[in-house]
Amino acid sequence: MRSTAAAPAPLLFAVTLAVGVFMVAPILLSVMAGLVVNYSTGLKSGLTLRWLAQVWETYADTVGASLLIGAGSVAATLVLGVPCAYMLARSRSRAARAFEEVLTLPVAVPGLATALALILVYGQMASFRRSFAFILVGHVVFTLPFMVRTVSAAFQRDELVALEEAARTLGASFTQRFLGVLVPAVFPAIVAGCLMVFTLSIGEFNLTWMLHTPLTRTLPVGLADSYASMRLEVGSAYTLVFMAVILPVLWALQALATTMQKRYGT
Amino acid sequence: MSSLRVGTPRWLLAACAAPAFAFFAAFWLLPVARLVALPGEKGWATYFVVLTDSRYLQSMLNTLLLSLAVTATTLVLGGAVGVYLARRRFVGRRVLLSMLTLPLSFPGVIVGFFVILLGGRQGVVPNLGAHFGLEGLTFAYGLLGLFLAYLYFSLPRAIATYTAAAEAMDMQLEEAARALGASRLRITKDVWLPQLAPTSVATGAIVFATAMGAFGTAFTLASKYEVVPITIYNEFTNYANFALAASLSIALGLVTWAVLFAARLAVGARPT
Repeated sequence: MRSTAAAPAPLLFAVTLAVGVFMVAPILLSVMAGLVVNYSTGLKSGLTLRWLAQVWETYADTVGASLLIGAGSVAATLVLGVPCAYMLARSRSRAARAFEEVLTLPVAVPGLATALALILVYGQMASFRRSFAFILVGHVVFTLPFMVRTVSAAFQRDELVALEEAARTLGASFTQRFLGVLVPAVFPAIVAGCLMVFTLSIGEFNLTWMLHTPLTRTLPVGLADSYASMRLEVGSAYTLVFMAVILPVLWALQALATTMQKRYGT
Repeated sequence: MSSLRVGTPRWLLAACAAPAFAFFAAFWLLPVARLVALPGEKGWATYFVVLTDSRYLQSMLNTLLLSLAVTATTLVLGGAVGVYLARRRFVGRRVLLSMLTLPLSFPGVIVGFFVILLGGRQGVVPNLGAHFGLEGLTFAYGLLGLFLAYLYFSLPRAIATYTAAAEAMDMQLEEAARALGASRLRITKDVWLPQLAPTSVATGAIVFATAMGAFGTAFTLASKYEVVPITIYNEFTNYANFALAASLSIALGLVTWAVLFAARLAVGARPT
């Protein structure tokens, strides 16, 4: 690559190596622990799918619930977030800037506080409180700013403004402009936002642990439950299930980033 | 901001944002306003309980110290790894980078579990220690376990942003410094650090805020070192003390904000 890059840096190398081991070892350890008969004895005790089967028996519903809530969060943040991102990209009013700031607060405020607040106001509505919709609302509040920020940045590009103006002078209505010109133009950003929202929703625990009920459990809630009450091997097998759910999404995110880099060169 | 303007009428723009605003007002602004008002119903003293009750004060100091230590360590290690990965091209670099950033998507509970696998009662380290006659190496349930878990949680973000920032660094400055005979320490201090400063401030803020509010990690480890999110959770579930939990949440939010604000002031005030 660059000529100076070859200068030796033993200290940096040592730190990178140590951090690499620290970050990767637990993942490998966990994958192994979920597939061996006995964690303490390790690979010598032999491989088994018993723990995965046990996880599937006890917690299969949490996988479905998390996928549904993830998809629901994506749908809700699309409907609420994309038009809102457009407004934030085009409006120069103070109110718009203030709203943009406030909208990101749920990311900064501890999830526990948001969950407590939701329980305080809506906890008495029993049918709402006991449904997955309660968790979904929490996830949408938390993920909305990510969708809005990502899409809003894309809407702000200069050439898009010109494109929209051209469509307008040609007589396109607002709906035609929005759905026919703008949304296709920012589509990569929308997809990126969707994947981000989905990943965040699947992994969300701080809010969800407070909002869940024994009948509305998500994947991370089930994980915490298995870590507290089951053998290490079962907890590890369950972690493996989580990774199997999240990895395809992450790969899609990375592939998307690479495609974007090739097409737009940034 | 673009210099061009589109003649979309204001009412139409407002209509675009209305659904998001209505949702946000109903499910965040209103509930949080209620939460902030709640301790007042039990008397004004409830707001200051974090200062007046030594148990809560201790918990707050624990959280603050832990978060500051984790932030500092994350920035140093993440910065070093980021600079290294940005400069080197070696086989498996992409794989390593994606392995290092994979934990970004893990919830805190998984990270806590990882630390249990490493240093819990049946963990690898205590097991190895026992093999060599060293007992009592179980570190998962104390301060060290919590620190390592928080570090594990925050490093991926730091590595990802530092790698991106270091790749964009101006190489000519460094080459000039080296040609003029600057030592490695001087280059780090006078060339790298100033260029990476914006990244450090932004990453540090996110890492610190995340550490202050982290709940899943400490929850899984059932740590003896009590942090505020756990205190809030206990007040709410074990004692059903809603007002106190609300007061502690507000205190946690305020302390986090105050530290971030102070950091922003300190950085802004420094001559560049």
